[in-house]
Amino acid sequence: MNMKRFLTDYAPMFIIWVILILLFGSLSDNFLSSRTLSTIAGQVPPLVLVCCGMTLILIVAGIDLSVGSVLAFCATLFCLLISKGNWPVPIAGLAAIAAGGVFGLINGLVSVCFKVPSFIVTLGTLKIAFGLSLLISRSETITVGMKLENLISPLPVLGIPISFIVALCLVVIGQFILSKTIYGRHLIAIGTNESAVRLAGVATTWKKVSVFVVTGILAGLASIFFAARLGGANADLGNGFELSAIAAVVIGGTSLMGGRGSLINSFLGVLIILTLDAGLAQVGADEWVKHVITGMVIILAVLLDVMRGEMGNRLLQKYQQLRQK
Amino acid sequence: MNAITIQNLQKSYVPGVPVLKDFDFEIAEGEVHALVGSNGAGKSTLAKILTGLTPANSGNIDRHGRDESAIVLVLQELNIIPTLTIAENIYINALPRRFGVINQASLNHKAKQALGRVGLKNLDPSLPAGSLGVGQQQLIEIASALEKESSVLILDEPTAALTGPEIELLFDNVRALQKQGVAILYISHRMDEIARICDRVTVMRDGRRIATHQVSEVETTQLVAEMAGSEISSRTAAPSQQKEKITGISVSNLSGGEKVKNVSFDAYRGEILGIAGLIGAGRTETLRAIFGADPISGGEIRLGPEQIPFHPKSPSDSVAKKLALVPEDRKQDGLLLPLSITANTVLASNRSLLLDDAGDRNATVTTGERLALKYDSPDQAVGDLSGGNQQKVVISRWLLCESDIYLFDEPTRGVDVAAKESIYTLLDELVEANKTIILVSSDLTELMSISHRILVMSNGRITGEFEPETWSREAITAAAFAGYENRKETAA
Repeated sequence: MNMKRFLTDYAPMFIIWVILILLFGSLSDNFLSSRTLSTIAGQVPPLVLVCCGMTLILIVAGIDLSVGSVLAFCATLFCLLISKGNWPVPIAGLAAIAAGGVFGLINGLVSVCFKVPSFIVTLGTLKIAFGLSLLISRSETITVGMKLENLISPLPVLGIPISFIVALCLVVIGQFILSKTIYGRHLIAIGTNESAVRLAGVATTWKKVSVFVVTGILAGLASIFFAARLGGANADLGNGFELSAIAAVVIGGTSLMGGRGSLINSFLGVLIILTLDAGLAQVGADEWVKHVITGMVIILAVLLDVMRGEMGNRLLQKYQQLRQK
Repeated sequence: MNAITIQNLQKSYVPGVPVLKDFDFEIAEGEVHALVGSNGAGKSTLAKILTGLTPANSGNIDRHGRDESAIVLVLQELNIIPTLTIAENIYINALPRRFGVINQASLNHKAKQALGRVGLKNLDPSLPAGSLGVGQQQLIEIASALEKESSVLILDEPTAALTGPEIELLFDNVRALQKQGVAILYISHRMDEIARICDRVTVMRDGRRIATHQVSEVETTQLVAEMAGSEISSRTAAPSQQKEKITGISVSNLSGGEKVKNVSFDAYRGEILGIAGLIGAGRTETLRAIFGADPISGGEIRLGPEQIPFHPKSPSDSVAKKLALVPEDRKQDGLLLPLSITANTVLASNRSLLLDDAGDRNATVTTGERLALKYDSPDQAVGDLSGGNQQKVVISRWLLCESDIYLFDEPTRGVDVAAKESIYTLLDELVEANKTIILVSSDLTELMSISHRILVMSNGRITGEFEPETWSREAITAAAFAGYENRKETAA
């Protein structure tokens, strides 16, 4: 990737994040302490994983509202299998990932094959997954104690937990798939003009289904890190998680209309949202202030994005007028 | 007495491309005046100017003291709001109110009477209009127009979706209005209807009035000749019919949707097979069905001299069999406007795992040269290009695929003269390379100058096949109208 692309594509988000860090650092003495930073680092992996999937779904002009409750279901299942079923952690983990994949497959097949808007389908699976979590957990919190400590404790040499490395790797792999493979190009093309892509002889159905499956699988993977951090799970732990994910992705400049998005920017979007959250807590802001400010940041980010689009359109019109003359 | 008098009307949407030229016209009170002409003759534009939907550039329109709102137009395209009720659709501009709330009882009562006039007195006016079929929706529009206090009524292809008995009712209404002194401008392709209810007929061609006749004194053949024009086409493509005929694709009894009915033809390699016809004749739908873009309900397609059966389920099947479709609406169905020229060009041919940016750019530049594509950089967004260059990008996509059978749908529509020439040159190259080309165009002059053979579609069927030795503008135009005759028999 050349420097110019880096500057125009990723630098703005990165600068905003750095500004936030410096702002909160100057407002609070404790903000730049290793404790705050490791709190943020602990929250990052699950949200990043889910955002990777969400970005791909938004790129094909879909949406997935079920990620939060699917994550809660997978986490509950995972903890149950370990504590009640005495399953080995890796096997229970695979089961959680598979469960997420099944939910993703249902979301994808129903919305793509039956042409039901994914907003509605995933709203349905949100409720279903939540209900199933209540069922299997009997509405209780399932604890697993310290069994999963090594997933989230910092590695000796690098100083960051394995969960963080996994999330980072997936962002890089995902960005590579999106911008360097034909599959990724086709996802962007489908989100831009599906009819044209279909008439160019490109198979669109399985590609659209696949992004929902990938998102489900990533929600399953995220649930493992989530459970590890909390030392347990219950049906409520995913409440509002889908909204945080959509907010982070949209802040990262991904278009809800499809056809445009970047996993690296979604990653930066996650950093911005979580830094804002931790920073506001650190400076002693009331709960309501945190919500109001986060909401304003989301709207501001989208406004900036819309203005960028309008500016592009205006330039395009000018250019076409000149050409006609 | 005249209801409207028009003198010397000029209209062009794009500077330099006149749609109406020195147009004179008059319609009398109590007259049913037919307006006929091929696609693009300027009929719909005239209707829009009369109702004030679009302004004229210059000229005189004397409405003899009538307000524009007294001139009511029933458009060819349906303007029904499907979620509103039938009654609300009829009175959308004049909903009866009581205390600021729509008076449903009075509305439905009035609507019941309005529906009776078009033979729908058993229809419940409180049903959503979207629940009706196309024919009944058209009658709702007509009912709505009849309810308005109009002194001039313009009907643009009013019977397109109607069946025999519905047409009879419409004619009864037209005659009743005529007795009340309403002037009716009747735009239609259907010669038999014009003969039945119209008093006079005006023929338009290329934005000009060619002639006005008393319907009782003119033969259909003369009208067709006037619509077609007498200009002799100049062939530029040398007929290469001496070559042995090798089948590229053969289609037999193909049916699909409402617009493709029992279509059969063979297209040969090294030949341009033109398809002529009116808009809505089913030409686009035929190409789409062959390409697998729309479902096929019957018939067979066979490919190549070996006559290999081909059942396309989706466009990806056809692309795998080396078919190519250049769609009619390139912005809607062809291009990814915000993406780069390269991304658009390699969209169909790229089947490996990883993108090869350098290779893709090279391929784009190379195929672009074949079509004289003008651009600043292959990374430029396709949306930045002019219409002609956008069309070249769609075509170069299929050149990269090395397709064998090309389906072109209006390839030169909205394309400037220079780009047209490049496209014609490319067509010659494809013929030279022994590709099979099927080309739909509404521009008869174009078709007659580039095709080796012309099929004519009318109302979903093939109604004529012409070789250069036998074709003429009159014969092709007559065939294009042929499918709309004797409709009562087919509708019954």
